[in-house]
Amino acid sequence: MVYLLTIFFAAIFTHNVALTYLLGMCPFISLSRNLKTATGMAGAVIFVVTMTAAINWPIYHLVLVPSGSELIYYITFIVVIAASVQLVEMLMERFFPSLQAAFGIFLPLITVNCTVLAISLFMVLREYNFIQTMFFAVGSAIGWMLAIVMVAAINEKLELIGDIPKGYRGAAIIMVISGIIALSFLGFSGMLRIQ
Amino acid sequence: MSRKNNEGYKTFVNGFWRDHPIFGMVLGICSALAISNRVENAIAMGAGVTFVLVATALIISPLRSMIPLRARIITFMIVISTFVIIVDKFLKAFFPTISTAIGPYVGLIITNCIIMGRAEAFYTQNKPGISIIDAIANGLSYTYTLVIIAAVREVLGFGTLMGFRVTPTGWTNWVVMSMAPGAFFLLSIFIWLTRTIAKIESP
Repeated sequence: MVYLLTIFFAAIFTHNVALTYLLGMCPFISLSRNLKTATGMAGAVIFVVTMTAAINWPIYHLVLVPSGSELIYYITFIVVIAASVQLVEMLMERFFPSLQAAFGIFLPLITVNCTVLAISLFMVLREYNFIQTMFFAVGSAIGWMLAIVMVAAINEKLELIGDIPKGYRGAAIIMVISGIIALSFLGFSGMLRIQ
Repeated sequence: MSRKNNEGYKTFVNGFWRDHPIFGMVLGICSALAISNRVENAIAMGAGVTFVLVATALIISPLRSMIPLRARIITFMIVISTFVIIVDKFLKAFFPTISTAIGPYVGLIITNCIIMGRAEAFYTQNKPGISIIDAIANGLSYTYTLVIIAAVREVLGFGTLMGFRVTPTGWTNWVVMSMAPGAFFLLSIFIWLTRTIAKIESP
């Protein structure tokens, strides 16, 4: 149990997917201009990451490993991710139109969010069991949310008052903000140890 | 010079400088940040991405009229991940040290938005020849960006270049340069400089 919590908090703070492993940066840069879109995207990411990790773990350990076909796990994972995102989008459109309006538009973008695939790859690389995978997936997604929400909130204020040089506007200033936050997250390093 | 050559030249220049994938369109940032800590990793990653881009162009572009619109994303994904498996196995077999250093990021070439973006925007609309030119231009511009950033980060962060010591004795490594914050700061400076030179306004 302690180890599970260690995985969970390590995934949020010391091994943050966005600020330590630099994953999911494309949507991170393009969506962190506005707090509301950032929160919507982050909610969709938490949902999809957890769901795809829960589907990919049994597929890898119960189908691919026994049949000796680990070679194709990239293809399998990405197809599972793309298919389940499509399915969720269709179900949501049909049954939860209000939810669809809130973060449905982010769902198609999620297929190319590297966080989702990365969690599945890390799960294989670090040989987590199913429960550990779930804690790791939820923790990582929350960590990503924490990072994008912080950056978006700062950026929103900065655009109101800041006088940013022309070439720095947009992507570059977001990277500076993320760099400063990543620097402060280095303060957490060494607090928790996972493999 | 025929019109076709002109078109090819224009596509190349666009991919190489004007619509540069990293500072122009801000695509493929994950690996640009994560892999640019050592020059050899950057070269391996750049070569891998260029190979996957060219191979994807070669497959997608001739088949562009046969791919159904609704199933196109998943088709791209399958084509891309097939070639990424080849890159992964190639690195594991011939460059095991680089393969362990960049680890899961090879697999993440699949979700590199440059490849998806170019497939969606260019290969589905253009003939194979011009698509391959575009693929090479984008691959090269991605590679040179990674190598420039990696050269600065490796010298400052480890005191070496391509594994050879270049800094004088008594040099203290800037450890932060080899970690995430250094990547963010350097890439932002790179984007600022290139955007100022290329006079690209932020959208």
